[in-house]
Amino acid sequence: MQGILTDIFPNLMSKWPDFIKSIHDTFIMVIWAGGVGFVFGLSFGIILTVTKPGGVLENRPLFQFLDKITNLFRSIPFIILLTAVMPLTRVIMGTAIGVPGAIVPLVLGSVPFFTRQVQSALAQTDEGLIEAAESMGCSPWEIITRVYLRESIGPLARATTITAISLLGLTAMAGAVGAGGLGDFAIRYGHDRNMQDITWATVIVLVVAVSIVQITGDTIAKKNTH
Amino acid sequence: MIELTDIVKTFQAGAKQVDALRNVSLTIEDGEIFGIIGFSGAGKSTLVRCINLLGRPTSGSVKIDGTDLMTLSSKELREERKKIGMIFQHFNLMPSRTVFGNVAFPLKGSGLSGEEIQKKVRKLLSLVDLSDKENAYPSELSGGQKQRVAIARSLANDPKILLSDEATSALDPQTTSSILQLLKKLNRELGITIVVITHEMEVIKEICNRVAVMEDGAVVELGDVFDVFADPKHSLTKNFIRTTSNLSKIEQMVADGVPGVTPEKGEVLAKLSYRQKDVSEPLISTTAKEFSLDINIILADVEIVGGAPIGGTVVILHGDSARIDEAVKYLRNKNVGVEVIKDARNPY
Repeated sequence: MQGILTDIFPNLMSKWPDFIKSIHDTFIMVIWAGGVGFVFGLSFGIILTVTKPGGVLENRPLFQFLDKITNLFRSIPFIILLTAVMPLTRVIMGTAIGVPGAIVPLVLGSVPFFTRQVQSALAQTDEGLIEAAESMGCSPWEIITRVYLRESIGPLARATTITAISLLGLTAMAGAVGAGGLGDFAIRYGHDRNMQDITWATVIVLVVAVSIVQITGDTIAKKNTH
Repeated sequence: MIELTDIVKTFQAGAKQVDALRNVSLTIEDGEIFGIIGFSGAGKSTLVRCINLLGRPTSGSVKIDGTDLMTLSSKELREERKKIGMIFQHFNLMPSRTVFGNVAFPLKGSGLSGEEIQKKVRKLLSLVDLSDKENAYPSELSGGQKQRVAIARSLANDPKILLSDEATSALDPQTTSSILQLLKKLNRELGITIVVITHEMEVIKEICNRVAVMEDGAVVELGDVFDVFADPKHSLTKNFIRTTSNLSKIEQMVADGVPGVTPEKGEVLAKLSYRQKDVSEPLISTTAKEFSLDINIILADVEIVGGAPIGGTVVILHGDSARIDEAVKYLRNKNVGVEVIKDARNPY
């Protein structure tokens, strides 16, 4: 077994500990940035939904502010964001490089995207359900938790899947700030030293990772759609 | 008792101001089934949303059993809303919850234990005749079944008032009738006050005690359903009533020259309409004997509205010309509306 692998992936086998570490780094970046981003994106998405004109907690200034900020960050290319937020990253994480240094830009890069995804998922909730809940004496908080979120589990699972996969892509770019991870690994060896097998091995790992995320998301969405 | 006083509601549509409700005042008594009818855009849905303040009036007062809802805090208002059930044209059931979950929805936070909730939901489902659908999802139900679930849900907190916003408008005639019978049964058995919004006179006729006819944000006619049907005052009301009666077809039939409806020479084609609650006399038979006439019934449409028969017949009167006049006079004296559609006695 080891022999066959060494034949097909000669360079990869010699960089095996590096390979494992880069998978681990990517995983850490996705989990942390994804976890933090999920909380923020979900919150902002909910706030945009309920404060919009005609929403259950209509608040024009807050809606406008959040809407504009989201657009602003959505329009900055990630590779520029990476370097632009370095001072902020240093303040928050104590360093601007490595895996910790990548998490802040990853969060800033994925939150606006996820916010829009959540907003569009929640917008699919039938206005009639909100009206019915109001007529039953539900408070705004109950409407958020028991109607918007509960009735949107399927669309939210799909939104999370899309964001998680795009976040995985962003982590590859984070290699530019020395964050490590699979992207960095593929560039450093696969491209810079022309070790093709390393590029392919990275691709295989990413395809598997994306498939797992997609299948999980689809399963959750399907289970919650009636 | 629901007291709406001087309700005004204006919307801002761009630069234009739309008066959705103009000084509407209504009193709805406990235990009655009150109908509000009008074409779309008349303001009836806006008005019903003022009762539970889903839409706050621009001015006016909304009192339920003496409590002015406009002065309540949002928390107090939510408590008040729990005592006012509401059902909708598109049912508005939660698609991710089962029938049981939907009916139990308003019971969360009611202080009932899980077991009590289960008992209550089962009782409500048996009341609407859907005990076997407890675990079904809304997507698996027909329109009529969905509305029954919605009705069960609206009753979960034992409301005193049920608001029905076009609840049968998306249903076929047979299902509509079964839902209306259910509402009637709830009114009878639970004593719940029901406010019905509709654009169909059939609905009013079938279950309401009183009716308000709305046009352009104002109530143009209000009264007992029987009285309104027997003697509609406003042209809009007359229009609505015409849509429900077969008798109105006669004009079209005469115009089309349908055989059998055209009076022969010396005959009179007339529409007789009953306007009072005690049409028990055999009027046609009596008239025929009394005035030695042949009375041929072409069309008849008599229905029970508000507990009394209403409607009329279209007849051809055949006999002595002077006696026909006397017969018409006699019937009018008996408070029967006589409308001569075609008089073929004196052809020019």
